Amino acid sequence: MPKGRFEDFEILETIRMFQEEHLDVRTITLGISLGDCAATSADATCRRIYDKICARAERLVQVGDDISREYGVPIINKRVSVTPISQVAASSGAKDYAVFARALERAADAVGVNFIGGFSALVHKGFTDSDHRLVAAIPEALATTEKVCSSVNVATTRAGINMDAVAQMGRTILAAAERTKERDAIGCAKLVVFANAPEDNPFMAGAFTGAGEPEVVVNVGVSGPGVVMSALERHPDADFGELADIIKRAAFKITRVGQLVAREASKRLGAEFGILDLSLAPTPAVGDSVARILESMGLERTGAWGTTAALAMLNDAVKKGGTMASSYVGGLSGAFIPVSEDAGMVEAVECGALTLEKLEAMTCVCSVGIDMVAIPGDVSAATISAIIADEMAVGVFNNKTTAVRIIPVPGKGAGDRVHFGGLLGSAPILAVNRADASRFIARGGRIPAPIHSLRN
Amino acid sequence: MDDRRPASAYITVIGRDRVGIIADVSRLLADANVNILDISQTVLGDSFTMIMAVDHAKATLDIKALADRLEAQGRGMGLSILVQHAGIFDAMHRI
Repeated sequence: MPKGRFEDFEILETIRMFQEEHLDVRTITLGISLGDCAATSADATCRRIYDKICARAERLVQVGDDISREYGVPIINKRVSVTPISQVAASSGAKDYAVFARALERAADAVGVNFIGGFSALVHKGFTDSDHRLVAAIPEALATTEKVCSSVNVATTRAGINMDAVAQMGRTILAAAERTKERDAIGCAKLVVFANAPEDNPFMAGAFTGAGEPEVVVNVGVSGPGVVMSALERHPDADFGELADIIKRAAFKITRVGQLVAREASKRLGAEFGILDLSLAPTPAVGDSVARILESMGLERTGAWGTTAALAMLNDAVKKGGTMASSYVGGLSGAFIPVSEDAGMVEAVECGALTLEKLEAMTCVCSVGIDMVAIPGDVSAATISAIIADEMAVGVFNNKTTAVRIIPVPGKGAGDRVHFGGLLGSAPILAVNRADASRFIARGGRIPAPIHSLRN
Repeated sequence: MDDRRPASAYITVIGRDRVGIIADVSRLLADANVNILDISQTVLGDSFTMIMAVDHAKATLDIKALADRLEAQGRGMGLSILVQHAGIFDAMHRI
C-alpha cells in the first residue's frame, strides 16, 4: 500500500488526464519467443506456434482488463509479438510461408488480441533461404489475414543498407497493395520496413521479439499527446526552457502510469518486465494529435518551417521525462508522426503545408519515419525503394531507428482520400516526386556501414 | 511526514448535488465492509464532487468487483463513481 495520502488536486489531475486528455496505456504487448517451435514440417511448426501462443498469452486480455479496472487506467490494446517467423520456419521445409501467418492469425483470434507482430525477417546484411521465402509470402500473408503484422529490417548502423532488400521491398509493397486493392491497399498498413529495428518494440505494425529477449516478456507502450497538449495550452507564453520542463513533467507522469501497468502485468502473467515504450502515438480522435502539439508551440500548421525544430525539442523532452520515470525505457520511445492516424497531420496535408519531403526531414529527429503515408498507386517500385533507401539512410547514418510504412493505393492519385478505419484512420494521398531512381535501385549490393569518427 | 493512515484506494464521486449523497455512498461502502478514512467534498453551483480515501483491506469484494458494483449503483443514483487503487496516484505523483 502506498505510504501517505494524496491530495484532491492530485487525484483530480489523474482523472482529468485519463478522461479528458486521452492518456492511456496504448498497448500491453506480450513478447513470446518461438525458438522452440521450429519443426521439420510446416504442419508441425504451425501447430507448435499456435499452441505456444495460446498457452502463454491465454490470460493476457483478462489481465489487461483487470488492471485497467483496478487502477482506472484505460488500456486500449492487448497484443502479441513473436520471434521473426523467418527464423522459426527455417527448418520446416515449407515453400509457402503464408501458412505461418495464418497460424499466427488463428492464435491471435484464440487469445483475443487485435494484432500480432512478427511475420518478420532481419536481412540487413543478407538473406537466408528462409528470409527469401518469408518476404515472398508477405503479400499473400497480409491479404489472407487481418491481425498479422509484418516487418523487415533492411539496414543497421553496423551493417549498412542492404540495397537488394530495399529493391525487393519496393516490389513487395506494390504487390501487397495489389493483393488488397479493394480495401485501399490496407495490407501495406501492416507492413514496416526498418533500419535499426528495436527488438523490444511493443507498437504495431513493427513489433517482433528479438533474439536477445527472454522466453516471455511484457513490453508496454504508453501514449499521451493530449496530456502534453493541454499542459502546453496552460502555458501559452512559456519560453523553450519552460516548455521543455512542462513536457518533461507530463512525460514523467505518463511513463509512471506505464511502469505501474507493466510491472503488474508481468507479475500476473508470470513474464519478465521488458521495457516501457514512451511514445506520443496519436489516434484519429480529436485531442490526440502530435501535429496539434507542434501547432500549439506557435506554428500555423505542421509542416511550416520550424516544424523540425519543434518536433526535435518535443521528442527530446519526452525522452528525458520518460527516462527519469523508469530505468527501462526502450522500444521506439519518441513522437510518432503517422499521417493517417493524426487529425492534425491530415489537415496539414490537405491544406498543402505538409509534404512527403518535410515528413522525411521530421523523421531525422523523431521516432519511426515515413509512417502511414498513402501515395498514388501508379508510383513505380523503384521510386518506393528509393523512398525506403532515403529513410534507411536517415536511420543508419544518424544511429537511430527509422521505418517506412507507405501505402500505394491502386487506382487513386494525389489528393484522393483513403479510409482504413479504426485506429489506422483515413488520409489524403500525398504527391510523390516522380524523377526516376530505377538505375540507382538496380545497382544492388550493400551501402557500407558509416564511419563512426569524423562525425559532421 | 504524512502520518495519516495510508489509504488503499480512492473513490471519486461526481454528480448533481442533492441531499444524502454521502449517506448513500457510505451505505454502499459499509455494505462491502470498506472503511472510510477521509472524505473531502465540494459543491460548486449544483455540481457535487467528493473524494474518499478508503481502506478496502477487509472488504467483502476485491477492488475490481467493488468498482463494478459501485459504478453500477452510482449510475442508478445519477452519480459517477470511480474506484481506483491508490497505486496509480503513488506512481504518478510521488518520486
